[in-house]
Amino acid sequence: MPKPIPLPNELSSPFWTAVNEKRLEVQNCTDCKTLQYPPRPACRNCGSEKLEWKETSGRGHILAFMVVADGRLARTRPDQPFNLAVITLDEDPRINFYSNLPGVPAWRAPVGSPVEVMFEEVGPGQLIHEWKLVS
Amino acid sequence: MTTQETGWRRDKEGLGLWPHQGKVAITGWGMSPVDRRWDGISMNKTLGAYAILASQLALEDAGVKPEEVDGLLCCEENMAGAVGGGSSAIWAPRPYFDSPYDSEDGLTVVSGEWMLKNMNLPNVKYAPEHVPAIGEQMGMAAQAVADGMCDVALVVYTANNLEGRYRQGGENEDDYVGGNRQWSAPWGSHGGLMYSTNIPLHEYCAKYGTTWEELLGPFVVNQHRNGLMNEWGFYSLHGASGLTYEDYVNSRPIIYPLRLWDCDRPVNAVGAFVFASAERAKDMRHKPVYVLNHNQGSGGAARSTQEVLEDTEEAKARVARMVYEGSGLSPRDVDIFNPYDGYSTFMPTTLEAFEWHGVKKGDAADFLKGDISVEGPHPFCSGGGNLGNGRTRTAMYIDSIEQLRGTAGRRQVTVKAETAICAFAPGNSAAYLCLSSSAP
Repeated sequence: MPKPIPLPNELSSPFWTAVNEKRLEVQNCTDCKTLQYPPRPACRNCGSEKLEWKETSGRGHILAFMVVADGRLARTRPDQPFNLAVITLDEDPRINFYSNLPGVPAWRAPVGSPVEVMFEEVGPGQLIHEWKLVS
Repeated sequence: MTTQETGWRRDKEGLGLWPHQGKVAITGWGMSPVDRRWDGISMNKTLGAYAILASQLALEDAGVKPEEVDGLLCCEENMAGAVGGGSSAIWAPRPYFDSPYDSEDGLTVVSGEWMLKNMNLPNVKYAPEHVPAIGEQMGMAAQAVADGMCDVALVVYTANNLEGRYRQGGENEDDYVGGNRQWSAPWGSHGGLMYSTNIPLHEYCAKYGTTWEELLGPFVVNQHRNGLMNEWGFYSLHGASGLTYEDYVNSRPIIYPLRLWDCDRPVNAVGAFVFASAERAKDMRHKPVYVLNHNQGSGGAARSTQEVLEDTEEAKARVARMVYEGSGLSPRDVDIFNPYDGYSTFMPTTLEAFEWHGVKKGDAADFLKGDISVEGPHPFCSGGGNLGNGRTRTAMYIDSIEQLRGTAGRRQVTVKAETAICAFAPGNSAAYLCLSSSAP
């Protein structure tokens, strides 16, 4: 389905560059070793600005899901209703991502199931991270 | 210390009791008609016209003449119009009227400057700009009176709704998304509390063995019942919703499981309140309702993309600690509890964080499906809130004032009503106000 296209800024540019190369990276605080996503200028946990990009396993689980039946975004409205799931990252479940779970019918998201990252083109040369069920 | 020296906001723990307890009171309130929308034509139904009307009613309720008002706090933040919200909040552009209606001011927003030009308030000496929304605005007014910036403050809060649909415009029409939206919009979330408070409720239901419908349905139905006991509420004025549990369960999904009736109904209306020093309040029409404390700010935000139950519970626990610390109240001291219910999803975790009537983590479902009627032992949200009255964001305050005065009529609770906590505190906001029927 057509989706809004992310517009990288200075902070997020390394993240989206990695995604476009089909890697899912998150920030890692080199002081307190806490992972962080979405990116911030400083570590949310300890305030350190010593942040590096670290590639993740790309594996997670479905925490829960909503079904967007009457949302407001012009690009996604025609495809309503659709799943909007929350995926926790296996190496740190406090990190979570959104997913539409491509291929899974609305209202049928299997909560608790394992998923793995995949990448979907949403605009010319721009990928986003999506998630698919692990068969 | 004054607001000029310290800033007026009480937005963190460790501030201790509000040092002005018993020195400031709320002495009046007034509501305009509550319309579904402004039609863009009727000049007697603009927010400007309604602001004057609500203010006149509030002054009359307090027994105060306009010339006695020396403070004016008008909030220009509301959903539509030229001020407030993101660009998606501006969805109804139209030609302007002739002077003095040559801007949105007086039509879909009301500034202090507009009120001073259009309402006879000759002695106002304190009229700040950039007044925040009503949750923080009420605290700002209390602090201004406490600090001697004014003796009698008029608070005006506008809520607007025009033709068209909320947020289906502006940035939500864009193909590209930047800023924080780059982490949510590509997957179809336009952001806001209907998403952020949704997932924590899923987790709540799974953790504590309940369902969305069982948890929220009885509460929503009771809010509509309470709202119908307000003469000024939307449903009282425009026909009862007659909402039943079955209606609730079968209502159309918005961001499922969030349904239509989990959301308050946008309206076009104005509320006004009068704050006064205790010295002035004692000679006014009604028994003063004293301010015990006010708070602002937030209890915390999501750690990652989506708020989860742990984030919510931590943030709301922090908010409750701030509120109790500043007021000197403990959960068992709170008679009237009117937290903000713009979405029903706010309620279970708020109720549990404040431990009102002994409700602890995991207890909310049993509590909310018990007797929470105004006639019963646990009259939760006795004013009907936004869900029961429309999105005026005033019902929580009006009901708390009336309960403490003993003038709530059919809504008057049968239990003791000497203290109240009320709020317009969306999500994890800390914008709470604590009230007492007597000066400490």
